[in-house]
Amino acid sequence: MKPRARLVAALACVSLLAVGCARNAPLDTLRPQGPIAHQIYGLWNMVFILAVVVFVLVEGAIVFALFRFRRRKGDDSAPKQTHGNTRLELTWTIIPMLLLGSIAIPTVAGIFSLARVPKGALNIQVQAQQWWWKYNYPKQNGIEASFTNANELHIPVGRPIWLSLNSNDVIHSYWVPALAGKQDVVPARTNHLKIEASHPGTYLGTCVEFCGLSHANMRLRVIAQEPADFEKWAANQARNLMMPTSALGKKGMKVFLAQQCVGCHTIRGTAAAGNVGPDLTHVATRETFAGGIFAFNTHNLRLWLSDAPAEKPGSKMPAGIATMGLSHSDINALIAFLEGLK
Amino acid sequence: MTTEAIAVEEHGAHATSTGLDNRKLAMWAFLGSECLLFGALISGYLLYRSKGVGIKPHNVYDIPYTSVSSFVLLMSSLTMVLALAAIQRNEERKMRIWLTATALLGMTFIGGQVYEFTSFVHEGLSLSANPASSAFFLLTGFHGTHVTLGIIMLLSLVGLSLAGKIGPKHALYVELIGLYWHFVDIVWVVIFTVVYLMPVPKH
Amino acid sequence: MATVTEHLETPAYDGPFRRPTETQKGIVSWLTTVDHKRIGILYGCTALLFFLIGGSEALLIRLQLAHPNGHVLTAEQYNQIFTMHGITMIFLVVMPLGAAFFNYLIPLMIGARDVAFPRLNAFSYWTFLFGGLFLYSSFFLGGAPQCGWFCYAPLSTMGLPTTIGTLFYAIGLQITGVASLVASVNFVTTIINMRAPGMSFFKMPMFIWMSLVTNFLLLFAMPVIAVALFELLFDTAFGTNFFNPAQGGDPVLWQHMFWMFGHPEVYILILPAMGIVSEVLPTFSRKPLFGYTFVAFSGVAIGFMGWGVWAHHMFAVGLGPIANSAFAISTMFIAVPTGVKIFNWLGTMWGGKISFTTPMLFSVGFITMFTIGGLSGVTHSIVPSDYQQTDTYYIVAHFHYVLFGGAIFGLMSGIYYWYPKLTGKLLSEKLGKTHFWIMLIGFNVTFAPFHILGLQGMARRYYRYPAHQGFDFWNMVSTIGSFIIAFSILIFLINIVLTKFKGKPSGDDPWDARTIEWSIPNPTPHYNYLEIPVVHERDDWWHKKYSEDEQGNLVPVVAGASDEAVAHAEHAEPHMPKPSYWPLVAAAALPLFGYGVIFQWALGALGAVVLLVGIYGWAMEPVE
Repeated sequence: MKPRARLVAALACVSLLAVGCARNAPLDTLRPQGPIAHQIYGLWNMVFILAVVVFVLVEGAIVFALFRFRRRKGDDSAPKQTHGNTRLELTWTIIPMLLLGSIAIPTVAGIFSLARVPKGALNIQVQAQQWWWKYNYPKQNGIEASFTNANELHIPVGRPIWLSLNSNDVIHSYWVPALAGKQDVVPARTNHLKIEASHPGTYLGTCVEFCGLSHANMRLRVIAQEPADFEKWAANQARNLMMPTSALGKKGMKVFLAQQCVGCHTIRGTAAAGNVGPDLTHVATRETFAGGIFAFNTHNLRLWLSDAPAEKPGSKMPAGIATMGLSHSDINALIAFLEGLK
Repeated sequence: MTTEAIAVEEHGAHATSTGLDNRKLAMWAFLGSECLLFGALISGYLLYRSKGVGIKPHNVYDIPYTSVSSFVLLMSSLTMVLALAAIQRNEERKMRIWLTATALLGMTFIGGQVYEFTSFVHEGLSLSANPASSAFFLLTGFHGTHVTLGIIMLLSLVGLSLAGKIGPKHALYVELIGLYWHFVDIVWVVIFTVVYLMPVPKH
Repeated sequence: MATVTEHLETPAYDGPFRRPTETQKGIVSWLTTVDHKRIGILYGCTALLFFLIGGSEALLIRLQLAHPNGHVLTAEQYNQIFTMHGITMIFLVVMPLGAAFFNYLIPLMIGARDVAFPRLNAFSYWTFLFGGLFLYSSFFLGGAPQCGWFCYAPLSTMGLPTTIGTLFYAIGLQITGVASLVASVNFVTTIINMRAPGMSFFKMPMFIWMSLVTNFLLLFAMPVIAVALFELLFDTAFGTNFFNPAQGGDPVLWQHMFWMFGHPEVYILILPAMGIVSEVLPTFSRKPLFGYTFVAFSGVAIGFMGWGVWAHHMFAVGLGPIANSAFAISTMFIAVPTGVKIFNWLGTMWGGKISFTTPMLFSVGFITMFTIGGLSGVTHSIVPSDYQQTDTYYIVAHFHYVLFGGAIFGLMSGIYYWYPKLTGKLLSEKLGKTHFWIMLIGFNVTFAPFHILGLQGMARRYYRYPAHQGFDFWNMVSTIGSFIIAFSILIFLINIVLTKFKGKPSGDDPWDARTIEWSIPNPTPHYNYLEIPVVHERDDWWHKKYSEDEQGNLVPVVAGASDEAVAHAEHAEPHMPKPSYWPLVAAAALPLFGYGVIFQWALGALGAVVLLVGIYGWAMEPVE
C-alpha cells in the first residue's frame, strides 16, 4: 500500500533529521563530550545502522509483497499452496544468529571496559536522597583538603572521574548523558560510575530512576574545568564561609542561625551543621539550587524561601512564611546572606 | 444416544486426548505452578537467612523436635495412600479411617508448628524481627496454610463419605486430594532439608 | 483402569437457591453463565471498557506533557495516573483481551463444546472483574497506587506520601493474578486434553499453539509475582523488611522477582496476538502459514528462553559486568525466534493473493509496527548503549510499539476477523478501514517522537519537564497524535454500535477461511458442534472445501465427493452444562479479603465465610 509506505518512510526521515538537527538539547545522548560517552556512542551507531538496514530490508520486503501479491479484482483462484521451505527457514534463522553473535562481541567488551576502575581517577562520593545530590570530595591528588557540596559536580577536564554512588533512602539514578551512561544509586549498596569530560563546559544531568513526588525536580549538572581552575575552585570550596560584609547580609546570617535552617543545613564556620539538606557554605558559587530546578538569583530565592513545598512537591524544607514564620524582611536578609556565600 | 449416555460422555471419563481425566491433568498443572510458588519462597529464604540484626532462624532451630513433626507429616502421606487404596477396593469405612488419620496427623504437624513458632517468637524471632525471620515465617506460613487447606479438604471428604456420597466411582476425588497432599509433604521434605538441616556458613 | 468417575450425587432441590437453567436471556443468564463464548464476550467488553479508561489516563498524561512545566496535574496526581495507566493497559486490557480470545476460540478451534472447567472459567472472569474494580476503588478510598506499575521498593514501601496505594497495588494484582492462574490451568487442560479426534499437536491451528505456550507461561510466572506481592504487602502492612535496606533487606530482590515474572509477562502479552496474526494472514493470502513447524517451535522457544532474560530490565542497577554480559547475550538470542516469525509471516503473504480486509490491514499493521519495536528492543541489548537508553522515553517508544503497535493491533485484527462468529454480522469494512488508517497514523504520530525524545535525554516518569531542553516540539506532536488515536477508537465504537443495529449478515464462512470454527453456523450455536468433528489435516476446514492437484493448485471439492460425506442423522441438541452463580459468589470473597487487610479485619472474616460458602456450594450443586 503505497500511501502508507510513503508515510512511514517520511516519518523515518523526519525523525532522523530532527535527531541530528536538534538545537539546544543539553541532555542529548547523541553528542558525546567525553571518551566514555564516545565509546557508548560508537556502539549505538553500530547497532543503529544495523537496525536501519534490517528495517529497510524487512519493511521493504513487506511493502513489496503487499503490492506485488495483492489480489486483482475478479481473481478468485487460489495461489500455489506453499507450506514452507526448510532451507530458507534455516537460513533466515542462522543469519540473524550470526549477526547478533557478531554484535555481542563488542557489546561484552564494552561492558567490561566501562566497568574497569580507571587509573589516576579523581574519586568523588555521591550520596543521593529525595531530591538532591550530595558530593563529598576526599583529599587526594588534585584536592588539597576534603569538602562537601551539593548538586553541581565540578570536575577537571581530561581526567577520569570515579564516582561512588550511595543512596540515603530510595533508588535513584545518576545520569549526565554527554559524559557517560547512567548508573542506579541503590540504598545499602555502593555502585560506581566512570565519567570524563574532554572539554570545559557545563553538562546537564538528572535523576533518572523514579524516586517519588519530586523525581522530576532532582537535576544535576557537571561543570568541567581546566585543571588549574578546578584546583582553585576546590581550594575555595574547602574554606569556611565567606563572612557577610553588608548590613543586610549580617542580619541574614543572624536570621539563619536563629531559625530552623541550622537543623538541616551546614555552613562551615558557623554553628549550622545539619545534614538533611544541602551544604550551603558556598552556595552562591552554584549556577542553580533546589536540586537544579532554579537558577540562583534573587527572584527564585525569594520564591523558594517563601514556600519551598509549593515549588517542589514533597520537599522536606518547610514553607518559609506559613510554617517557619519568616517575615518578608527576614527573607530579604536571608537572600542577601545567601548571595554572599561565594 | 440416550441422555444418560450423553451425561456420561459429557461429564464422566469421556475420551480425552491423553487418556487422563481432565481433573487429574488440571491438578498436575496446578502442582507444577505451586513448584514455582515454593521455589520463589525457598529461594527468598536462602538469600535472606543471614540478613539483618538479631536472632536468626538457624539460631533457634530444635532439629530433633522438627524431625519428629516431619516424620508425622511423612506418615500422613502413607495413611493417604492407604485411604485411596481402600476406596478403590470399595472399602468406604476403611477409607474414612485412613482419611481421618491423615487429617489428624496433619493437625498434629500444624499444632507442632504452632508450638514451635510460639517458642521462636518468645526467643525474639518474630515475623518482622529481620529479613531472615520474615523469609522463614513467610515460607513456613505458606506451607502451613497449604497443609491446613488440605486438612479441610480431607475432613470434607470424610463428611461426604459419611453422607454416602463417596463410592468407588468417586475414587478420583480421593486421588486428587491425595496428589495435593503428597505434594505438600514433598515440599516440606525440601523445606526441612534446605531450611532446617543445611548448615549456614559463618561469615 | 477405565473407571468412569462420576459427579457427586446431590438430592433434587427446587427451592430459591436452585441451580439456574436459563442460559440465553436476561441479566441473570450473564451473571451465571458458564458458556465459554459468553465468558469470552464478558472478558472482551470489560477489557475494552478498561481500555477506554486507560486511554483517558494516557490523554491526561499527554495533556500534562504537551507543554513544559505543565499544570494540568499535580505531581501526586500525575504519579497516580501514570501508574494506573500502566497497570490498566497491561493487567486489565491486554491480558484480559487475550483471555477473551482464549475463551471464545480455543474450544471452537479444537472441536470441543466448552473448556475443561466451565465454572472455573466463570470464576476467572469474575475474579478479574473484581480485581480491576478493587484497584480502581483506590482512587476513592485513600489514593491510587503512585509507585509506577513496577512499584520498585523501597520507594513503594517507604518513600511515598502515602502507602495505601501500594496496599491496593499488592492486593489488587494478587486478585487479578488468581484469575490468570486459574484460567491457565483451565486452558492448559483444555488444549492438551480436549482436542477433537484426529487433531494431533501438529494439526492444531497456530493460535492454539500460541495459546498453549502463553498459558504455560502464565501457569509458571504468576506464582513468582504472587510471592513478590506478598512480600511487598507484608513490608507495607505488617512491618517486615524484605525490601528495607536499613534492616538488611534488598530492594534489588523486588526487581529480580518482579522481572522474573515481568519478562515472561511480556510474552504473555504478545503471543496471543501473534497467534491471531498467524490465522488472519493465511486466510487473506489464501495460502497456508509458511513454515508452520518453525513458527510453532519458535513460540515454544520463546516460552523457554523468556525465563532467561529478565535482568535486561536491570542493566543499570549495578549487577556487575558478568551478569550484564550474560543477560545481554541471552536477550540478543531471544530476538531470533521472535524475528523468525516475521519472516514466516512474510513468506505466508509472498506468492499469495492478498485481500486488504480490515482484519488483514490490522495484521499487516501488527507486523510492520512490531518489527520497529523489535528492532529498538535489539538496540537495548547493546548494554553500554542501554546505559543511555534505559529509563528514557526511548524505552517507552519500544514497548508501545510492541504492545500497542503489536498486541493491540493484533487483537483488533482478531476482533474484526472473528466478529461474525460472535454476532453473525460483519463489522462495516468502510468504518473498519477508516479506524485502521487513523489509528495507524495517530499511533505513529504519538509514539515515533518518543524515540527522539529519549535519545535527546527526556527521562521517564517525570510529571513535568523544563523548557529549553529540546523536548517541547515532539511532546506537543505526541499529544496531538494521542487525540488522533482517541478519534480512531471513537470510530471503532461507532462501528460496533451501528453493526448491532444495521450490520450485514455474514453467513457462515464470510472469509473462506481455513480452520474448523468456520465450519459451523454464525453466530456460533450454544453447543458449538452438533457433532464433534473428526480432524484429518491441519487447516481441516480448508481441505474439506478444496484439495490440491500435483502442482499445488487448488481444486474445489465437489459437494459429496469427500470421504467425509456421512449422512448426518437427526441429532438432538447436545446437553450443555447448566449455569451457576457459585463462581460469582466465590469470586466476591477476594476483594473482601483485600478490604479486610487494608481497613477492617472483620471484612476479611466475612470474605472467608463467603469463600467457604461459595466453594461448598460449587462443589455440592447438582450437575443436572
